[in-house]
Amino acid sequence: MTDIMASSYVRQDLVAERPAPVKTTGFVGFVRTRLLNSPTNILLTILGLLLIWYIVVPSFKFLLVDAVWSGKDRTACLAENVGHPVGACWPFIQAKSTQLIYGFYPEAERWRVTLTFALGAVLLLPLLIPRLPAKSVNAGLFFFAFPAVAFFLLHGGGITGFGVSWVAGLLQLFADSISGAGAVVVGLSKTSAAGPLLWAIGSVIALIGTLLHWVIFPLTWLRDQMQAAGQGPWLDFLITAVVVSVILFVLGGGARAGLRPLITSLATFAGIAAVIKLMGLDHGGLPIVDTRLWGGLLVTLVIAITGIVASLPIGVALALGRRSTIPLIRIFSITYIEFWRGVPLITVLFFATYMLPLFLPGNFTVDGLVRALIGVSLFTGAYQAENLRGGLAAVPRGQGEAASALGLSWWKTTSLIVLPQALRHVIPAIVNSFISLFKDTSLVSIVALFDLLGSLRASFADPVWTTPSTAFTGFAFVGIIYFIFCFGISRYSLFVEHRLNAHRRN
Amino acid sequence: MSDPIVKISGLNKWYGEFHVLRDIDLDVTKGERIVICGPSGSGKSTLIRCINALEEFQEGEIVVDGIELGPNLKHVDAVRREVGMVFQSFNLFPHLTVLDNCTLAPIWVRNIPKKDAEATAMKFLERVKIPHQANKFPGQMSGGQQQRVAIARALTMNPKVMLFDEPTSALDPEMVKEVLDTMVDLAEEGMTMLVVTHEMGFAKEVANRVVFMDAGQIIEANTPNEFFAAPQHARTKLFLSQILR
Ligand SMILES: Nc1ncnc2c1ncn2[C@@H]1O[C@H](COP(=O)(O)OP(=O)(O)O)[C@@H](O)[C@H]1O
Ligand SMILES: [Mg+2]
Repeated sequence: MTDIMASSYVRQDLVAERPAPVKTTGFVGFVRTRLLNSPTNILLTILGLLLIWYIVVPSFKFLLVDAVWSGKDRTACLAENVGHPVGACWPFIQAKSTQLIYGFYPEAERWRVTLTFALGAVLLLPLLIPRLPAKSVNAGLFFFAFPAVAFFLLHGGGITGFGVSWVAGLLQLFADSISGAGAVVVGLSKTSAAGPLLWAIGSVIALIGTLLHWVIFPLTWLRDQMQAAGQGPWLDFLITAVVVSVILFVLGGGARAGLRPLITSLATFAGIAAVIKLMGLDHGGLPIVDTRLWGGLLVTLVIAITGIVASLPIGVALALGRRSTIPLIRIFSITYIEFWRGVPLITVLFFATYMLPLFLPGNFTVDGLVRALIGVSLFTGAYQAENLRGGLAAVPRGQGEAASALGLSWWKTTSLIVLPQALRHVIPAIVNSFISLFKDTSLVSIVALFDLLGSLRASFADPVWTTPSTAFTGFAFVGIIYFIFCFGISRYSLFVEHRLNAHRRN
Repeated sequence: MSDPIVKISGLNKWYGEFHVLRDIDLDVTKGERIVICGPSGSGKSTLIRCINALEEFQEGEIVVDGIELGPNLKHVDAVRREVGMVFQSFNLFPHLTVLDNCTLAPIWVRNIPKKDAEATAMKFLERVKIPHQANKFPGQMSGGQQQRVAIARALTMNPKVMLFDEPTSALDPEMVKEVLDTMVDLAEEGMTMLVVTHEMGFAKEVANRVVFMDAGQIIEANTPNEFFAAPQHARTKLFLSQILR
């Protein structure tokens, strides 16, 4: 006993440092303290070793050791010709690689797909690296310019009009559907008991439709004149550029706020014009490749990227809508979310592909791939909404109040204060949905779209390559591809999470 | 006396059936410092939150610097631009640096160029004596420092009136002084202030008037000397005897 128990104590000699009696560092220390330090851990260590022995070793053997690396057809991958049990049959993948990447995309046009991939990569990579500058220009190019360019590259075709024609077309569709609805209601009145009432309502609706036609007449007239002149989209383009630039200039605060918005707008239109000219869109563009010919990795990436990019804004809108104080918006959001979460994706895809055309007016068709894109985006959007709702709930009420007290409007409070914090809370959940979406793209093979997995399955039918290990090789290869993408997304999200949550570290 | 900068007349507010503010009349002249005290739940926070329209009310009228705020809360934005607020729990934006916290509103509400906003923000951060922490995140600072940043953040909008809702109640005792000192400085510069606080030392030193609230009404209002030396109402006496032990 020292006299530390006494009421006063002063240490005389300081205790010198000594090495630990049992080794806790280095490899031996690691084994002792982490792997074999308790009976349970010893058991787990043994189980782990068994797992490696039974799974990792055979996979390694199948993929590399016993694998066949070259050959022209199935004979190269048969055990009797090779002389040992055959693992992966890599020449099969080599022979089918173009099909796995491009599907049935015509051989002469495949450069367009490759170019799109390259363009996407060149725009995406700098966007992902925080250190690089000009993020807003980069983001604008990737999220707005790239999809349009990719569409005309992959699908082909040109444009005959521009903004004016498109707006006119949309408005006309709107007016047409109102007139159509009126006609339907009037039609119903002939058989219904409430005939006169329905007739009156139908007539009013039809009248509104006609009025709308008159209101938008100048616009449709202008479009028809331009179409009749047959000068291509340039006049339309010019009108659109001027109108949009002037609107932006006025909304941006006019001359007081400087010429910045005007210059940005004009530069954007100049860029669009350059692209139109370069791709010859005013002269019909590239030959059209029907989406039914697309396939392989191309379709997988198109669906995955569209779904990822489109589902987040949908999710944000729905999550905010679900918290809205306006009952109609809230009820709509809840109904939407619960509906889409309640049905399986396969049902959604089936409905979009086979049932939707029955509901749409006869002359109105939507491309099969587009239908799948819409289905996947709306479906994933509902999940993202629920992910985000958790994040929104985790932002304290005081944050919004402080922002309001500073005079920020609801929109600015939401977009600058609430959403950024909510998103940071739920990055793992959001990325989880992205990854699950990436893999769920394989479901589109059910609705006659040949994604990566679908193309692989199609290639199994080739008698030139039927061997016992063909299927294993194919699935292993496609599995690796999916894994690389999903693992990449996952690692990148960890990086982002770490970076954005810098403020939580002290 | 000049026109009041804040004029509250006949203010009544209910939470459902609960009558939380009853017939509140209060005029604040320019440069006046008012301390509001009272038992917990007496409606002090609710009252000052009505002044910048964080709470809606059913009856009465609030006029801030000539801008009228009725029950329909028209002119909310205009009023909020005139009034700064400091909260008990700081409510700094945790995902933004201290500097960004202070430039956000000038940039997005007043459309001030980023450079100018940063210069102004630095000026106010110097005034609250934390310019060298400008690039830290709020989570990396002590409570007292955070509250001083919150004061600087409110000041960057050049408010004509500052509201404080128990600004020192969430702080460890050793940090209370630094925040109170900042508020005393502000008072000396002539800022109009409405302060909900139980720091009676601050009230005696700074306030022109002390307002005592209970059960949603103003029970007594007087100069600090009179208020502490000779409270009139029984409830005031009881409250002071509990708080000044
Ligand atoms: N959102 C609310 N809904 C219902 N009652 C509330 C709400 N906020 C505050 N109250 C009630 O109003 C009264 C006054 O609250 P408050 O102004 O915060 O008091 P103080 O700040 O004086 O402590 C309290 O009784 C409180 O319970
Ligand atoms: Mg309170």
